[in-house]
Amino acid sequence: MSGHAPKLRRQMALSAGLLALFAVVGGVLVAGTETLTRDRILEQQRASLRSTLNEVLPAHRYNNALLDDTMTVQEPELLGTDETMTVYRARQGTQSVAVLFPVVAPDGYSGDIRLLVGIQANGELAGVRVLNHRETPGLGDAIETRRSDWIKQFAGLSLNAPPASAWKVRKDGGEFDQFAGATITPRAVIKAVRKALVFFEQNQATLFADTPATP
Amino acid sequence: MSTSTDIVRNGLWSNNPGLVQLLGLCPLLAVSNSVVNALGLGLATLLVLTASNIAISAIRHVVRDEIRIPVFVLVIAAFVTTVELAMNAWLHELYTILGIFIPLIVTNCAIIGRAEAFASRNTVVHAALDGFMMGAGFMLALVALGAMRELLGAGTLLADADLLFGPVATHWNLTIIPDFRGFLLAILPPGAFIGLALLIAAKNGWERRRARPATRSQPAVAAPDAA
Repeated sequence: MSGHAPKLRRQMALSAGLLALFAVVGGVLVAGTETLTRDRILEQQRASLRSTLNEVLPAHRYNNALLDDTMTVQEPELLGTDETMTVYRARQGTQSVAVLFPVVAPDGYSGDIRLLVGIQANGELAGVRVLNHRETPGLGDAIETRRSDWIKQFAGLSLNAPPASAWKVRKDGGEFDQFAGATITPRAVIKAVRKALVFFEQNQATLFADTPATP
Repeated sequence: MSTSTDIVRNGLWSNNPGLVQLLGLCPLLAVSNSVVNALGLGLATLLVLTASNIAISAIRHVVRDEIRIPVFVLVIAAFVTTVELAMNAWLHELYTILGIFIPLIVTNCAIIGRAEAFASRNTVVHAALDGFMMGAGFMLALVALGAMRELLGAGTLLADADLLFGPVATHWNLTIIPDFRGFLLAILPPGAFIGLALLIAAKNGWERRRARPATRSQPAVAAPDAA
């Protein structure tokens, strides 16, 4: 028995050492790739964010560094989420052009629908796009631009045009089309967009305020 | 010892991971709703499977039996993370669409299965070929299912090919059935199960049909011998 113990211990140490060696090799491989790809991934994320923002507000409409001119807001009631949301502020020279921010429509057919809303300085919607949703493919996904133009009808609308009573799907007596087989999805989107407009009206002054010198 | 032809035939057809071993069904069913998604995940799996098979075969004499499974898992996880980072960097939009299924390649039983059953017992060259062919077989099953579901569900093929192949592929999108509203069931999860079942049935049916004339001619050949 006492003769076996040192041998067993040596074998265990050898196994553990080998395992540790492989862990180190694997770790180096992953760390190396991470270092090589880090900048490119960041750049890709920014490019992807920029192209999403530009869908709502075309690049020629502003000339500031939109991705960096941001402020954060938290407004669970009107933005549909407890999360802190980033507001992107578009300016042309010193002139405020629009603010773009994500909102959540929490009452979609299957969970949250994340939208990007752009509101111009005069209170008109620059546009709305879907960032992320889990609605039924073929029915609720008509809110995506690749499926239909439905979401584009928001451009140019504002809080009082159409009047509050008409910010509903036609089925509920409003002005917006529902699409075949899906009423819950458009209803949720319309409600969230209108709330975003209310949020804008209440916070217009602070949203366009110049970046404070001392945060 | 397997010969190269056996390895190829096993991976692509007679022991296909998707259609015969039925391994890796989670990604197979989840991302097979379009050709491009299927091809993206198929290629990532192919890459990981080949790399892990090579690495595991190369270290097969060093790794002791007691720790082989954790070492295999380590090797596979390292390659998957590498591929995940690379896809995030160079195929960013496809990466966003495939989402969780890229890191989940780690859990694809087909990969650890090949490591344990083949790579740890064969030469590096054979292991590499086996990994590549098993990966290709998995990818082909994935793409076949993806093509079937995309065609029935949306009437297109290769939609969004530019996500995988870059701007060159913007016009590769084939609209096979114009103005088709889509057979919804095909893109929903049940469509994946039904589609896979049909593919397996088609494969088995074809094999049976091919086997039948052979068995029928058997007695005819055997008869003169008996006489």
